Amino acid sequence: MTLNSEDLHQIAKIEKDKQDGFQHRIHVCVAAGCLSCGSGVLMDALGKEVNRRGLDNWCQIKGVGCLGLCAEGPLISLATSGTYYQGVKVSDVSDILDALGGNPVGRLLCPADTAFFKRQVRIVTENCGRIDPERIEEYIAESGYESLYLALTQMTPPEVIEQVTRSGLRGRGGAGYPTGLKWTTVSKAISSTKFIICNADEGDPGAFMDRSVLESDPHRVIEGMAIAGYATGASQGYIYVRAEYPLAVKRVRLALAQAERLGVLGNNIFNTHFNFTIKVRLGAGAFVCGEETALIASIEGRMGRPRPRPPFPAEFGLWEHPTLINNVETFANVPPIIRKGGKWFAGIGTEKSKGTKVFALAGKIVNTGLIEIPMGTPLRDIVFAIGGGIPGGKGFKAVQTGGPSGGCIPEQFLDMPVDYDSLLQVGSIMGSGGMIVMDETSCMVDVAKFFMEFCMSESCGKCAPCRVGTRQIYDILCRITGNQSTPEDLAMLEDLCDLMKNTSLCGLGQSAPNPVLTTLKYFRDEYLSHIHDRTCLAGACKTVVEVS
Amino acid sequence: MKEQVPNPGNTPPASSKPAEDHRLRMVNRTMQLYRNQSHALIETLHTVQESFGFLEEGVLKYVAATLRVPLSRVYAVATFYHSFTLKPPGEHTCVICRGTACYIGGSGEILDDIREKVGIVSGETTPDGQVSLLVARCLGSCGLAPAGVFDGEVTGKLSPEVVLEKIGRWQTHDPQ
Ligand SMILES: Cc1cc2nc3c(=O)[nH]c(=O)nc-3n(C[C@H](O)[C@H](O)[C@H](O)COP(=O)(O)O)c2cc1C
Ligand code: FES
Repeated sequence: MTLNSEDLHQIAKIEKDKQDGFQHRIHVCVAAGCLSCGSGVLMDALGKEVNRRGLDNWCQIKGVGCLGLCAEGPLISLATSGTYYQGVKVSDVSDILDALGGNPVGRLLCPADTAFFKRQVRIVTENCGRIDPERIEEYIAESGYESLYLALTQMTPPEVIEQVTRSGLRGRGGAGYPTGLKWTTVSKAISSTKFIICNADEGDPGAFMDRSVLESDPHRVIEGMAIAGYATGASQGYIYVRAEYPLAVKRVRLALAQAERLGVLGNNIFNTHFNFTIKVRLGAGAFVCGEETALIASIEGRMGRPRPRPPFPAEFGLWEHPTLINNVETFANVPPIIRKGGKWFAGIGTEKSKGTKVFALAGKIVNTGLIEIPMGTPLRDIVFAIGGGIPGGKGFKAVQTGGPSGGCIPEQFLDMPVDYDSLLQVGSIMGSGGMIVMDETSCMVDVAKFFMEFCMSESCGKCAPCRVGTRQIYDILCRITGNQSTPEDLAMLEDLCDLMKNTSLCGLGQSAPNPVLTTLKYFRDEYLSHIHDRTCLAGACKTVVEVS
Repeated sequence: MKEQVPNPGNTPPASSKPAEDHRLRMVNRTMQLYRNQSHALIETLHTVQESFGFLEEGVLKYVAATLRVPLSRVYAVATFYHSFTLKPPGEHTCVICRGTACYIGGSGEILDDIREKVGIVSGETTPDGQVSLLVARCLGSCGLAPAGVFDGEVTGKLSPEVVLEKIGRWQTHDPQ
């Protein structure tokens, strides 16, 4: 089946008319966070009650993706009035339906005029919490697949790349490599077979943006990949998803089947000569498989071990063919860029970091959940205005960004704008977007130890600096937190970090020392107090406290 | 009751009557989907684990032969990735997240308590074969830290008490 633009508009119109036919529309969050608080049962109960009251044509109950404020789940939103309810239980169902059209149920109200909602600028997550991720029609009703149509029928591949380049979009997977440049390289590679890979491995423990996007709006990523395929001359794609995200896997598979059925994937898409198919591959719980060359090895069915670059995957990738690898969020930015133009996107953010970034706020912070904000938003605003500050009246200590490859940012940098380059300057990285807030009860040596233990167990073992270095650094950190260290250990620690940074084979080993280096730099007193006074300044390390 | 020793000796060699075993049929289906190409190895191992609960030696040999991959490579892949286990699991499985958010949120204490009071650490099963403990690296439910998975069901905002109670109920066959 081939689709044209009229078909697309027709689908959108039918869907819109259908929605407009309802007096009230209740959106229940069915992303993984709220599901684990019982939103599935809640949605069933709402549906049954609406049906019992004979209101099926008056009020729609719809499962949607992440509404953002995961800590207060289950969340529901009334699309018609813009009201949010939090912590909703099955016993609240009657009251909610009674209140439709009148005053909202006070005890359930989730204030929607707070900075958490107001400061957000939604591009990647524009449909999250608004559309049913399991129905392609709803995505199409929100201009879905219009960008693919536009690209295929009215733009040449170089014109598509031109827009992406002009947008200033940089990779959201960690390193921030300019996306337009990467696409150009792949498009220039000479080969009849090329591949597009979407990196949905999201290994950073403490980050869940990619999961939310895939669970809430999977078609956006598929559309982005198809546009990338057209621009670079590839006709096959892979989405490499973590097996730990069963719901995301299920929704992506469903979305792919729907896209194929409608003909937005497959042969002769929109009656053009462009063919594109996408397959799903499951990760198997190895952090290093987020690294692009390891990921390729894993898709090929081998152990996920990185290899030296160059040659880069853009020239020599999957099954030795030129391969474009981008992160989920990178692809999710593409459809709006094509639809609204690169110039529009470049107008958001800072000089060198364009657009928005989705962050996963977690740790010791009031509003844990998902936020999307313009690049360059000050860290203080993120933690205190949007995040609502530290719970329990405790003091702020640090924000950890970039996961095991990133660093801990202390209070003195709170006014720093959050973009790629500022984060790099203070020794951390943007990473994929995890932000873990720590309060005064966290011992920074212990945090460094936690990340080193992670890198140690995730090291693939191929290169010695990483395999041996992570173990040695971990042992030293254990000695420090365990009250058995000597002052020489500190010098040794710094030496080892330097060695690992400069001689490891891949990004895992090269960046593994970052948490240690930043805590050594900004929280040296905690190390010294452990070593010299045998005390943990934060009172977190039990052994030290007991001995002293 | 399930066997607790790895590769129980009484399991018939998997390759003997492949078509008769429903679980093996699932495995065959995955391999056929990829036309028995060697790059289907990881996908196949996922299916083996899903159907059998763990990677059984006899089945691994069968997979190696069908996909024409050296057994050494099958074993290398099976042990490289954390999702795969070569040991049969207990009746129930408890996964505790030890990602950053959950660690900061106190999942370490939960694991300490399980070690002290139930006597198992990650990767182990209680002697009665009832409960296996596993540790995850972020379930993507960081907003609900500390989080865990109990027999496939994700639960957030855990405390040591809640987890111990749940495990206790499994061990005493309390259906609650
Ligand atoms: C150890 C390691 C882990 C990584 N994990 C991820 C990941 O989980 N997700 C991701 O998108 N990129 C990850 N990357 C970065 C990828 O190698 C690659 O740069 C990225 O997918 C490119 O996409 P982008 O240009 O859109 O950012 C990781 C890199 C390293 C070295
Ligand atoms: S760190 Fe535990 S769910 Fe993410």
